[in-house]
Amino acid sequence: MFEIPKMPLAAWVDGLLDWLTSAIAPLTRAFAGFVRLGIDGIVNGLGALPPVVLMLIIGAIAWWIASRKVAIFSVAGLLFIWNLGLWGPTLSTIALVLVATFISILIGLPLGILSGLSLPFNRAVTPVLDLMQTMPAFVYLIPAIPFFGLGPVAAAFATVIFSIPPSIRLTSLGIRQIDHEMIEASDAFGTTTMQKLVKVQLPLALPTIMAGINQTIMLSLSMVVIAAMIGAGGLGGEVWRAIQRLRAGQGVEAGLAIVIIAMILDRITQNITVKKGEGKAKE
Amino acid sequence: MDQTQERKVKIRIENLYKVFGRNPQRAVEMLKNGKTKDEILKKSKLAVGVADASFDVYEGETVVVMGLSGSGKSTLIRCVNRLMEPTAGRVIVDDIDVTTLDQDGLRKLRRKKFGMVFQSFALFPHKTVLENVEFGLEIQGVDPEERRPKCEEALQQVGLKGWGEYYPANLSGGMKQRVGLARALAVDPDVLLMDEAFSALDPLIRTDMQDELIALEERVQKTILFITHDLDEALKMGDRIVLMKDGAIVQVGTPEEILTRPADDYVSKFVENVDITKVLVASDVMKKPSPVAFVKDGPRTALHKMKEAGMSGIFVVRASNWELVGHLTAERAADAARHGDKWIDHITSADECATVPLDQPVRSIFAMVSGNPVAVVDEAGILKGVIVRGSVIAALSERGEEANV
Repeated sequence: MFEIPKMPLAAWVDGLLDWLTSAIAPLTRAFAGFVRLGIDGIVNGLGALPPVVLMLIIGAIAWWIASRKVAIFSVAGLLFIWNLGLWGPTLSTIALVLVATFISILIGLPLGILSGLSLPFNRAVTPVLDLMQTMPAFVYLIPAIPFFGLGPVAAAFATVIFSIPPSIRLTSLGIRQIDHEMIEASDAFGTTTMQKLVKVQLPLALPTIMAGINQTIMLSLSMVVIAAMIGAGGLGGEVWRAIQRLRAGQGVEAGLAIVIIAMILDRITQNITVKKGEGKAKE
Repeated sequence: MDQTQERKVKIRIENLYKVFGRNPQRAVEMLKNGKTKDEILKKSKLAVGVADASFDVYEGETVVVMGLSGSGKSTLIRCVNRLMEPTAGRVIVDDIDVTTLDQDGLRKLRRKKFGMVFQSFALFPHKTVLENVEFGLEIQGVDPEERRPKCEEALQQVGLKGWGEYYPANLSGGMKQRVGLARALAVDPDVLLMDEAFSALDPLIRTDMQDELIALEERVQKTILFITHDLDEALKMGDRIVLMKDGAIVQVGTPEEILTRPADDYVSKFVENVDITKVLVASDVMKKPSPVAFVKDGPRTALHKMKEAGMSGIFVVRASNWELVGHLTAERAADAARHGDKWIDHITSADECATVPLDQPVRSIFAMVSGNPVAVVDEAGILKGVIVRGSVIAALSERGEEANV
């Protein structure tokens, strides 16, 4: 009877991607260049240090920002990873996370501010963010390949796409939830839009923005692991190899290393604003 | 009234309307056609904030806008510096029509003319007390070296010297609002806009703050537009009171006018529970000071004057300007007469003589009038009247009846 043909959605997307690949080639090249530079720089820089020194540095940062407990945990965890012989992959995973997070914040913060200040923009961007967050993470791997080929750059791209929504969302939320009287006070003294943003809105939204950045870091870590499928390497690569060879033991080792890195990153970034938010009294 | 009309108008509010919702102009038309706030809300879903408000605020005057919650008073004050856009009407500050200013002009006006104090303080928690006070000057681009001393002075004015390094979270409610006040004063504005500034404070601290604001106002001579829902506060703070109900102004007048000549039932309902002793001052209840004795009078003359008036004591003044010298009791005058003294100046006691200024609240005079009468004097010490126990009570009952009509 009536035969409704299947909508050629897949063909459309493919066509769009083909066109995009050539159309935004300069952009992708720039992105690739930046990511390679960042990852190489971090891996080489951190790799040049003796592991023990780096562990102590991370421990010191953890102590300063979070607490002594977190510092001890960090150093012990890193020693454990080193002992497992996963130091190299750990460094490249951290490098990839840092670069992807940096790019996510670079793009996400301004978009979040815009969406915090403009209701129409917020309305337009929310469904896109919903889509980005519900789409299975693996799907982002596919378009990354035609743009960048296999390797860490494609992984970074997929990671940025996957991890950017919380940065945008929570920045926007942080700005929106500021007490209305604060905004009135700012306006009443005659601030420009920029002064209001920099001196009032951003500082007051900072805890929420930092929560968003924390989320972005955690999401990038999880995506970096998945991105091993397209050649991200690092700890994810170790897990991926273990899966392919059915080596449960190796898989658990790499998996534990990922958990340790996740906890260290989480504890440290969680505490960045808590410390500043406390009212400091005059001594 | 004639006297006030000569004074310079600082803020003129003319037929001001503020309606919330889509196409608010519709509601303005409906209001002009005599529809009430409730009818409009039912018919058009538009919420009327302020309806046809008009009044003037003179330079250096404290005008209190008072009404219950939902009466539109907070909306009204926000229309003055356009934190809310008026729907219709004009607000004129120093001959500048605020309602027609562009963003740039509005910003300049807000920076130079207004200092605002908020009900819940609205201090910036990420800034120290001093940084909060500096905020107004900071955004005007004033250098830190220049603005810091000014702001420390503002802090001193509100009694918070030395608290600059603390964060607002470390301060009590009353102290927070002092910071709020200092922040507004630091930019040296012509006009202080105070939106329920003391409503969130404990009663005792609130009274303190009221007293201090009154004292401060004497020193710095600002024009103050003060919003409150508390009638006692309005009566205490206001040179004049604007009473609002459902967005419209019900009555504008001095505290005394509001109390003694309420414009309608609403106002009289409102004021009937007021403790009238808080409002009346010495000059409202004093009697003419007669007779008095002059310094050059002899004791016998003074005694004679007392006898004629049936009094046991008499106030002694200088004949030239009626400057109060003291009080003389009949007993002592009789003593002096027996000794053959010629004058009474050396037996007149300044110590026994209770005096109060013209604006002393009656409430605090009660305790003093139990014995000798109390002299009411002006700043130069000139005797203006006397208060005896009877005159206080008579005045109270009389006013009370009027206010309770």
